[in-house]
Amino acid sequence: MRASSTLIATLSDLRRAAARGRKTLLPKQPKILVGMATCGLATGAEEVFAALREEVERLALPYTVAATGCIGWCCQEPLVDVQWPGKPRVTYGRMDARKARELVRGLDKGELKAEWAIGLLSAYDNPLTGARTRLARKTAGVDGVPRYQDVPLFRHQVRWAMRNSGIIDPRSLDEYIARGGYFAARQTLAAMQPAEVIEQVTLSGLRGRGGAGFPTGKKWEVMRRQAATPKYIICNGDEGDPGAYMNRTLLESDPHAVLEGMIIGAYAMGAAEGILYIREEYPLAVTRMREAIAQAEAAGLLGDNIFGSGFNCHLRVVEGAGAFVCGEETALIASVEGRVGEPRQRPPFPAQRGLWGKPTCINNVETWADVPLIVMRGGDWYAQLGTPSSKGTKTFCLVGAVKNSALVEVPIGITLRRVVEEIGGGVPDGRKFKAIQTGGPSGGCIPESLLDLEVDYESLTRAGAIMGSGGMIVMDDSNCMVDIAKYFLGFLQDESCGKCFSCREGLQRMHEIVARISEGNGREEDLELLEDLAWMVRETSLCGLGQTAPNPVLTTLRYFRDEYLAHVREKRCPAKVCKQLITYRIEPTLCDGCDACVHVCSSEAILGEKKHAHSIDNAKCIKCGACVEVCVPKAVVVE
Amino acid sequence: MPKLTINGIPVEVERGTSVLEAAQFLGIPVPTLCHEDGLKPYGACRLCVVEVGTPPRTKLQSACTLAADDGLVIHTHSARVERARRLLLELYVATCPQSKTIQDLASRYGVREVRFSPKSEDCIQCGKCVRICAEQMMAGAIGFAYRGARRKVMSPFRQQSETCRHCGACMYICPVCELRCHGPQAESTLCSGCINFAPACLAYHDDAMCFLDPCAACELPGPFRKDVAPRPVAASLSPADPSGTRK
Repeated sequence: MRASSTLIATLSDLRRAAARGRKTLLPKQPKILVGMATCGLATGAEEVFAALREEVERLALPYTVAATGCIGWCCQEPLVDVQWPGKPRVTYGRMDARKARELVRGLDKGELKAEWAIGLLSAYDNPLTGARTRLARKTAGVDGVPRYQDVPLFRHQVRWAMRNSGIIDPRSLDEYIARGGYFAARQTLAAMQPAEVIEQVTLSGLRGRGGAGFPTGKKWEVMRRQAATPKYIICNGDEGDPGAYMNRTLLESDPHAVLEGMIIGAYAMGAAEGILYIREEYPLAVTRMREAIAQAEAAGLLGDNIFGSGFNCHLRVVEGAGAFVCGEETALIASVEGRVGEPRQRPPFPAQRGLWGKPTCINNVETWADVPLIVMRGGDWYAQLGTPSSKGTKTFCLVGAVKNSALVEVPIGITLRRVVEEIGGGVPDGRKFKAIQTGGPSGGCIPESLLDLEVDYESLTRAGAIMGSGGMIVMDDSNCMVDIAKYFLGFLQDESCGKCFSCREGLQRMHEIVARISEGNGREEDLELLEDLAWMVRETSLCGLGQTAPNPVLTTLRYFRDEYLAHVREKRCPAKVCKQLITYRIEPTLCDGCDACVHVCSSEAILGEKKHAHSIDNAKCIKCGACVEVCVPKAVVVE
Repeated sequence: MPKLTINGIPVEVERGTSVLEAAQFLGIPVPTLCHEDGLKPYGACRLCVVEVGTPPRTKLQSACTLAADDGLVIHTHSARVERARRLLLELYVATCPQSKTIQDLASRYGVREVRFSPKSEDCIQCGKCVRICAEQMMAGAIGFAYRGARRKVMSPFRQQSETCRHCGACMYICPVCELRCHGPQAESTLCSGCINFAPACLAYHDDAMCFLDPCAACELPGPFRKDVAPRPVAASLSPADPSGTRK
C-alpha cells in the first residue's frame, strides 16, 4: 500500500498531495499500466504484470510498471497501456506473458508494437475539473492504430462516474487527488451548508443508480429533515445480477470516488457513520475499499474533524453473505444488523426508520461516485446530459451476443440501437439480433422493434423492462425466449427469500408452467394462467424483487408470444434450444467420418466407423451439443 | 390522531394502529392468515392487501404492515384487490389443499377451480409459530431456515431446542393445523387434535410440523398410540372416588 502518512487538513495539503500524485500519474519516464481489476486478473493480468516487471528489471530500464483499474474494454482483456512521454497512450489488448516481454524489449529499442495496439489515447479528460491533459497528438510509430475517440466502443461514451477507472492506480490516494479528488469534499465542508449540497443534488436530477431511480436529492432532503439521531448512510455494493459488474469495477478501480461521495452525503444529511455493504463474492473490491478507508483515515480525510471543519465521518465495510435479495434495502439493513436477510414491508422507508431503527440513506455505488462531480461542477452542469426526466450518465455492462462486450458509460437517453450496434459492434457470427435484456433477472427482454427506444427510467418501464443497475444482455436468434424466461425464473425462485407467499409460491408455479411449456407439455390456457400469475406476483409481493420478478415472463409473452405458441401448439422450439423438442442428426452427405464427435460424446450415442458417415442413437443422446461444436464440416444438424 | 378513509368511511384511530386494525374496527372483514393480535406484523400471507391511494395512482399494500396515517385513502374490497385475493387463494388451495381454513376462505371468495397442480404442503410459512415462540413465549426455539423454495420452519439444526418448554403455543396458533388431524386410525374416532392442541404423534407422521419432542400429547394414553398400552390413570388425577374414601 502506498498510503501517504501525511495529514491532509488544508487546501495546500491537498495541492501538495496532488503534486505528488501527478509525478506518479504522468512520470517523466515511460510508464506501463496493467488493468488489474478482477476482469483483468481473471484473464491473466497478474502474469502479464509479473512478466513486465521482470523484463524491465532484467534490462534495467527506467520504466514504471503500475497497476490500474479497468477501462471497460472487456473483450480485449488483459489490457496493457504504454504511456510514453511525448506520445499518445497506447493500449494493447489480449496480452500474455510472452507478448509482454516482447513489448518491453521492443520499447527498449523504441518500437511501440503497433500491430498489437488497439487504441490511442491522446488526452486525459477530467470531468471533475473540466481540464484536459494533453499527452500528444503525434502518432509516430503507431500509425494506423485508431484513436479512442474513433473506436466505436468509446466514441459515444461519457465517462463521468468512471472518470478515473483505468487511469489511476486505485491504491494511490495521491493519484486520486491529482485527478481532482477530495477537492469537492473540502469545498463542501469548508464553504457549503448541508442544504446547499442537497439543493445542488436536487438540481442535478440525479436518480438512484441501483435501478429504482428514486430522485437522490429528494431522498437526502427527507433524511436531513429527520429529527432522530444518529443517522446512517449506506453504500449498496451488493450487485448480484448475472452478467453485471459495474459496481465491482468502480469499487476496484476508483474506491476513493465512492468514499468522497459518501463524505459529502454524510455531511449533507447529518450522518456521522456509514457502511459500505459489499458482497463477499467481490473479494478484491472489499480489499480495495478497506485499503482506501485506511488510507483516507491515515490522511485525516475520514474520521474526526475532517479538513478541520469539526465534521466527523466514520465508514466501514460490511461483507454480504451471498444473498441476491440483500440488495433490497430493507433486507440489506437486516443483514447488516445480523438478522436473516429478508425484506420487510415499506413504509416506513429506511430514510424514516432504517438501520437500528434510525434514519438511513442507502445509495448505489455509482450514485455515490457521481456526487463529487455534482458538487464540483454544479447541479446544472450535471443536468446538461440526459432526458427531461433522467439526467447524467449511466454505466452499463454490455454482454452476450455482441462483438464488443464491454463496460460502458453513456449519457442517459442514448438509443438502445446505438448501444448495441455501434458501441457493441452488433451481433457476431452473422447471426440476427433478437432481444436485449436490461435490468438483470427482473428486467425485461426488449425486441428489435423497440431498439430506437431512448434509455431512461420511464421509457424502459413503459417497455416492460427496468433500468436496473445496468446489465444489458444481448441475445441473438440462437436464443429461445421460453428458455430465457425459464432461466431467469429459476434464478429468481432460488434467490427469492421465501418470506412472502406471492413471490415464493408464485415464482415456483411460474417456473413450473414455463418448464412445462419448454418440454412441449404446455397447454394454450397456460399462457393466460402465466399472465394471471405474473400480475398477481407483481401486484402483491412484499418487496422489489417479487414486484419486478415477472418482468422476463411478461415481456417475452408480450413480444415473443408466437414463440410460446410454437412450443405449445406445434411442440416445436424455433431457436432449437429446448432439449425435449429437438433431435440431433448427422447429415451423411456432409460427414467425413473424422470421429471427432465420437470422442466428445459423453453418452456414447454416436455410431459409425472411421471414414464412414456416422449416425446418432437418439435413445442415448443427451442433447448436450458437444458434437455440434467439434464438427468441422458442420454435419451435425439440430431439428 | 391520524384520520383516514376506508371504503369511503372516515375513521380516526390512535397513532400506531395499522390499517388492518382500523378496518376491523369498522367491522370490515379483511382476510389474513399471518396476522395475530399480540404478534408483530409480518406481511407474509399477502391476503390482507388493500388498495391504497386515489386513482390513477394506487397500489396494493398489505394492510397489516401499513400504519394508519393522515389522509390515507383505502379500499379493502376493490376489483383489483379481489382479483389479487382470488388468485392468491387459488394458489393457497393448490399448495395446502387439506387446510380447512384455506378452503373456507377460498369458497368465501368464490374460488371454484384450481388451475395449478396440487401440492400437499403442511406449512404456508405464515411465521405465526416462529413469532409466538419468540415474542410471547420468549423462547425463540424455532425459526426459519434456508431460502426461497427450500425455506422452512424448524428447530436449530433439526435438534431439539434447549429453549423449548413444550408449551405447544406453535401448535395452537397454526392457521393450517387441521392438517394434523389426518391422524386417527379408526374412522369412528374423533381426534380433536385442534381443540386439545394435541399434535399428532411423530411416530405416525414423520413430517408433521410438530416441534415438541417428546410430545406432550403423545405420551398420554389414547387412540393415537396403539404401541403403548393405556396407562392406568393416576389416582390423584382420577375423578372423585364414588365411595368417597381416600386410599
